[in-house]
Amino acid sequence: MTEALETEAEANTRRRAQVRKSLSRRNRAEKRFKMLGLGSVLAAMAFVAVLFGNILTNGLPAFWQFNIDAEVYFDPEIINVPEVPVQQAGQSDADFRAEMLGWQRRLAMVNWNRILVSSVEGALAEAETADGAGTVTEIDTRSAQSIIDSGARFVLRDMVLADPTIIGERREMQLLLSADGDNWAKGKLSRDLPDDRQQLSRAARDAIDLLTEEGIVHRAFAWHIFTNVDSRSSPASAGLAGAFVGSFYMMLVVILLAVPIGVSSAIYLEEFAPKNPFTDLIEVNINNLAAVPSIVFGLLGAAVFINIFHLPLSAPLVGGLVLTLMTLPTIIIATRSALRAVPPSLRQAALGIGASKTQMVFHHVLPVTYPGILTASILGVAQALGETAPLLLIGMNAFVANVPATPMDQSAALPVQIYLWQGNENRNFFEERTFAAIIVLLALMILLNALAIWLRGRLERKA
Amino acid sequence: MTSVLIAALALILMGVAYQQGVSRSRALAGASRLHSRPQYHGAFLALWATVPLLFVLLIWVVTSGMIQDWYIASQIPAEILPGTTEYASAAARLRNIASGFGVAGEIAPWEAEAGEGLARFMTILRLSIVALGALLGVAGLLVMRARLSPRLRARNHVETVIKTVLIFCSIVAILTTIGIVVSLVTETVRFFTYVSPVDFFFGTVWNPGYSTTSNEASGSYGMLPLLAGTVMISAIAMLVALPVGLMSAIWLTQYATPRLRNVIKPVIEVLAGIPTIVYGFFALVTVGPALSAFGDFIGFGINATSALTAGIVMGIMIIPFISSLSDDIIRQVPRAMRDGSLGLGATKSETIRMVIVPAALPGIVGAILLAVSRAIGETMIVVLAAGNAPILRFDPTEPVSTFTVTIVTALTGDADFASPQSLVAFALGLTLFVITLMLNIGALVIVRKYREQYE
Repeated sequence: MTEALETEAEANTRRRAQVRKSLSRRNRAEKRFKMLGLGSVLAAMAFVAVLFGNILTNGLPAFWQFNIDAEVYFDPEIINVPEVPVQQAGQSDADFRAEMLGWQRRLAMVNWNRILVSSVEGALAEAETADGAGTVTEIDTRSAQSIIDSGARFVLRDMVLADPTIIGERREMQLLLSADGDNWAKGKLSRDLPDDRQQLSRAARDAIDLLTEEGIVHRAFAWHIFTNVDSRSSPASAGLAGAFVGSFYMMLVVILLAVPIGVSSAIYLEEFAPKNPFTDLIEVNINNLAAVPSIVFGLLGAAVFINIFHLPLSAPLVGGLVLTLMTLPTIIIATRSALRAVPPSLRQAALGIGASKTQMVFHHVLPVTYPGILTASILGVAQALGETAPLLLIGMNAFVANVPATPMDQSAALPVQIYLWQGNENRNFFEERTFAAIIVLLALMILLNALAIWLRGRLERKA
Repeated sequence: MTSVLIAALALILMGVAYQQGVSRSRALAGASRLHSRPQYHGAFLALWATVPLLFVLLIWVVTSGMIQDWYIASQIPAEILPGTTEYASAAARLRNIASGFGVAGEIAPWEAEAGEGLARFMTILRLSIVALGALLGVAGLLVMRARLSPRLRARNHVETVIKTVLIFCSIVAILTTIGIVVSLVTETVRFFTYVSPVDFFFGTVWNPGYSTTSNEASGSYGMLPLLAGTVMISAIAMLVALPVGLMSAIWLTQYATPRLRNVIKPVIEVLAGIPTIVYGFFALVTVGPALSAFGDFIGFGINATSALTAGIVMGIMIIPFISSLSDDIIRQVPRAMRDGSLGLGATKSETIRMVIVPAALPGIVGAILLAVSRAIGETMIVVLAAGNAPILRFDPTEPVSTFTVTIVTALTGDADFASPQSLVAFALGLTLFVITLMLNIGALVIVRKYREQYE
């Protein structure tokens, strides 16, 4: 008896010793596992940090571009155009337009570059006097021209177009430096490269250095990124205005179509639909649509909207329609879960005091779900705003240098503009510009999400 | 201008009808109790007044272009043959004269006459259409107003209309699917008239030839190199996303304090909201060169645009997807199982590895399938960072091509829509659609089964 007890006690001690021995190993494994988990979380957070850090450090400098302060003389000898035509009585609109176009063509043919070159020469002379060196560096026409953004020609032309009396006057103006000039001033181009591998001539480089030293060439916030349209001939003044408006139209279409259709569809499926094979079909369908790759919606758009209905290529209307179909499942699913979260007691109470089913849904259930529906809609719109692939397939990879006047006009969109800019041959300049466009897109998306959170908070407090 | 007027007309009609319905039913209410509240009588009348008007306008919008073309065709002299450029320009001139904009150059007498005739014709037609719509609306209003009575089930009628609208909205989703399937299948069938399905599905060479003279298929359209590229990139993405996503989900659900969790989870989910074009550019500009430099450092050639670059960045994109799905699934494991294991003396990690993860495994597998389907269909990252080299090889450091990249290049090029070079995009799209559909259905089945197990 005692013997047996002893062995049991011994066995217990042995077991305890065994457990204790393994305990440290198990604790070490526990610690390792926990560290692994923490490491993963940290890695994920590090990705976020690297991504945003990378985008911000690369993109922010693009918002400040180098400008040159120069006096522009609207030389009447160079701008030798006749008087502006005025519509005569009895002249048809078409004839007047033809005459006006003829005048504008004359204006466009003016050698604006000569005006710009003399402005640069003036600025250089000023810099040299300020520098005190007194040595007049000769600058050839080509070099002088390469310093200033070629879009400046159109700025001057538009000034004359807006006010022809300006001819013969002198104006102090701030002109953008060309893409190469901006690169050089920002120090993005190596100064050690030999002349034949530099994009700018030695004279132009020296001129920029001198002008920068004297503060005549200086950084200024590049508002034109927001107000100009895309441009190939004058990259330095290329902007996002067309893309903004294009994206705006598309979001308008999405909001006007996807939100009402999505919410109605969710209401029907969640509140009215009888349980039958047809409803099941719709359900399975929506779940599958939500997981269909976005590019397939682009194929649908190309085959149906473009090829069968002959809607215009690259139009925000078509883009909006494709994005509507794409975001519809997201909005439906989110709205349904918002409806599902409404307590049944609310429904029973409404029905109990004699409300019809429709009244119950629209007067009692729906108002409670406004915050949820709103969040779902905004998130759907944000998703649509960043989508690129389907837009490429409906012709939006085209270069468009216009602000679309209607949703039927050719247009760019923000994500597509990013795609186009990343493909630009002038990598040195456009890499930064692409990051800038990404910052703008992300800022818009963050704004939308913040709006969703804010509205949600407000509405929920009210409810 | 006219559209504003028409909209105003419709609104006025609607308002008047609503007001009439409300006031008339109120008057009736004196005699006996109403079946429906006055607002429903108002809405009932408003519907009867505006729906006919909108219906007529809809028909007009659809047919007006055809009617105009028909009228123009009747005016253009017979010697200008339809279908020629002269015909098109003559028609355009007529339209411009009719709109009052005028045309440049001499206006032939017949043009002036026809243009004026067209303007008159269209104005009369437009006015009569609006008048017809308004007449129908007013008629609907008057007839139905006479039928208002206390017993009228106005609410039921209005609710039927609402319900019909709701059903139509639900059908949009079905129509979308039908549209996708029909358009993909018809274009794919068209593609298979040029290239045999066997060559397409089992060919190992992707080299579509471009001929400018005909739409004949020249070159080979074997999709296996694209499939290999797609699978390789998705596999790399999963190798990145799965461990990080799953371990993050485990740490967040099992170890993190609620406060920490509420901060970290949204930060990780930021990754899910970033547009894919941003990831693509990040891969192209930052990750690719970094990987290439790293390859040089360890003496191993890595291309800047390669399956590896695209795969890693895609993996980063998918992390939040895996982590939030696994998060939900892990939380669904009954607490009793966890507590039982801990009560028996298992450490937390042992509980997770031996109890929670096995219990959540089917759900996690479902999540993985969904993530794979997303990786396969992902476009912009691979378009920018995978290098677009449709060659059958299994080296992740080399450029590859995928289904999605090829779809984009096929449809954004200059090829005619009806040429095999463009149509192949639809065959690839259909393949992609079927693959993702099967993955999604598989995931849904697994997740549903798993839910039933614990509910």
